[in-house]
Amino acid sequence: MKHAKLGFFLGKKTIKLISLLVVVCFASFWIVEQSPIDPVRAYIGEMSIQSEQKAKLDEYWGVNTPVQEKFFNWAGKLLKGDFGVSLIYRVPVIDVIKEKFTASLILMACSWLISGVIGFVLGIIAGMKNGTWIDKAIKTYCYILTATPTFWLALLLLMVFSVYLGLFPLGFSVPIGVAAANVTLFDKFQHLILPALTLSLLGVAQIAMFTREKLIKVLLSDYVLFAKARGEKGLDLILRHGVRNVALPAITLQFLGFSELFGGAALVEQVFSYPGIGQATVAAGLRSDVPLLLGIVIFSAIFVFFGNLIADLIYEFIDPRLKQKEAML
Amino acid sequence: MGEKTEIYSGIRQKTEALLKIKDMSLSFIQYTSGLRQTELKVISGLSMEAHKGEILAVVGSSGSGKSLLAHAILGILPSNAKLEGKMEYCACTLTQEKKEELRGKELALIPQSTTYLDPLMRISDQVIGSVEEENEGLRKKLQRKIFRKYDLKPEVERMFPHELSGGMTRRVLVSTAVISSAKLIIADEPTPGLDDKTLKETLSYFRDMANNGCAVILITHDIEAALKISDKIAIFYAGTILEVANVEDFKNDGEYLRHPYTRALWNALPQNKFQAIKGHQPMQDEVTDGCIFYERCSKKSEFCSKGFPNLKRVNGGLVRCNNVS
Ligand SMILES: Nc1ncnc2c1ncn2[C@@H]1O[C@H](COP(=O)(O)OP(=O)(O)O)[C@@H](O)[C@H]1O
Ligand code: SF4
Ligand SMILES: [Mg+2]
Repeated sequence: MKHAKLGFFLGKKTIKLISLLVVVCFASFWIVEQSPIDPVRAYIGEMSIQSEQKAKLDEYWGVNTPVQEKFFNWAGKLLKGDFGVSLIYRVPVIDVIKEKFTASLILMACSWLISGVIGFVLGIIAGMKNGTWIDKAIKTYCYILTATPTFWLALLLLMVFSVYLGLFPLGFSVPIGVAAANVTLFDKFQHLILPALTLSLLGVAQIAMFTREKLIKVLLSDYVLFAKARGEKGLDLILRHGVRNVALPAITLQFLGFSELFGGAALVEQVFSYPGIGQATVAAGLRSDVPLLLGIVIFSAIFVFFGNLIADLIYEFIDPRLKQKEAML
Repeated sequence: MGEKTEIYSGIRQKTEALLKIKDMSLSFIQYTSGLRQTELKVISGLSMEAHKGEILAVVGSSGSGKSLLAHAILGILPSNAKLEGKMEYCACTLTQEKKEELRGKELALIPQSTTYLDPLMRISDQVIGSVEEENEGLRKKLQRKIFRKYDLKPEVERMFPHELSGGMTRRVLVSTAVISSAKLIIADEPTPGLDDKTLKETLSYFRDMANNGCAVILITHDIEAALKISDKIAIFYAGTILEVANVEDFKNDGEYLRHPYTRALWNALPQNKFQAIKGHQPMQDEVTDGCIFYERCSKKSEFCSKGFPNLKRVNGGLVRCNNVS
């Protein structure tokens, strides 16, 4: 029964993912097609070439082929898993994405976890101390963070910690001028801290405010009133009933935040010259690397989709109240 | 005060009073537009006593403030509530601190509905409650014993509140009070939604508790259910108690009932004249000078509109009416 429901759920989601990808492919291809991007220019850069060679390249990149044909060529290759070759990195798009995504994933995972935990704890404290100065301080902090542009905060941290205090390296995911084999885990870690910190600080606000609101509501509920009537109080009551009822929605929200996480990462990576997927996206956009850009769009859509999928899974299969619905179906 | 104590001591009592409430009133501070502060009076001039070994039914229609009375006794009122009057438990003044100390131990609430159970906590954990680790085994055993007694199957232990039927919910809620070994048990509307058999069973649980020496306050709007098991009936109307009658007073034609409202209630019962009472309870913001039942009373006289009648002892019961002697 339960497996049947999970199967049905996953089947439905797979269809959803496929249709999402089809739409994303169409839309992004169309947008790129509308933009004044010259793939040949992007490929050769500032070099000057003879018109003969230019014609060859035009043909290779399909400058003069009709849009439909171009789309089907691209989509056909895509179905075989061929994303084409990146114009700026000159290696297969899939390799670029693999490398950059891994770097970003570490960054995003760190800040996702840190912001989630800190945000949740702050939210619980604020909700518990609703109306006191602690609550006001946390709320103010969250409002300020929400109003702070990502890149500005990134620059600020960079200036304070790297330039003035010299605590962290200025950028990149590894030290400059050190052979890849000699890069230590510590080096990587050091280069990760500031970007991850920036992203975490920003992520805290939303989850903290959400947790706070939720906890305040829970504390006004009948079941907390009854718990009090039975002699429960203080932190014990918050842990027994508050955290229990707030945790699931908060985790769900955190998974739903994958898209913002991705957007934030793009900006932060730019400021810290952290060679992740965000930076690659900006580079691909600025330098008209169409195959890479399309590849990234597809992968980021999948990434965000999985965040939403996990959120849905939590609601449908972990929350016991919704498990019940399955029994009634 | 002295006069009232005397009134109570005059009533036929089997046992000593565990809880005494004198002249309790409860109002809510509300902020209307422009930060103007108004007070909404929900309970006023309420006096009652609960005795060991007895069931006192507090009967009144919904919205009249019965749940708030229960919450006031337990000290779980919302922060904008203002409570006045005197409360005594075991002959000691029942302050807020005292309530906090006693609840869960000597005072227990059987709440109104399933919303009072944590939706994400398994039933056995909720019934056992928050206990120190070393006592957990003992409480677990006790919980199993209570579940067997109330015919709750072992599966129920691991269920969540939404999986329980109405009757099961009721028994689970009763279990939370039984496990606490409280001496004063306040059951808030424990009967709605129950079929006849479950209703009888539930009511018998309360009788058991009283027979075991507890004082039970049974809050209900169902006067028939109350009559089945209670020893005394307090008639709750618009935030106060108009009459405390012994259950025998409702026998025959109800000629022993003291207050016109109680008689009207009696007449409204299907097995009697099935006559509805005209009019409606005054709203909380309607200020009345005189008797709170004045508008609807068929026996009113002129001076009833001036001053709320005092609580008088009549025929082994209490009544607030000018025209009873
Ligand atoms: N926090 C509050 N602020 C203002 N009024 C309230 C509050 N809580 C309850 N009341 C009022 O008190 C009245 C009595 O409520 P309640 O005790 O639940 O009635 P009953 O249990 O008899 O049905 C309600 O009609 C409601 O309007
Ligand atoms: S005091 Fe007067 S108005 Fe009030 S119930 Fe008695 S007779 Fe009726
Ligand atoms: Mg009620």
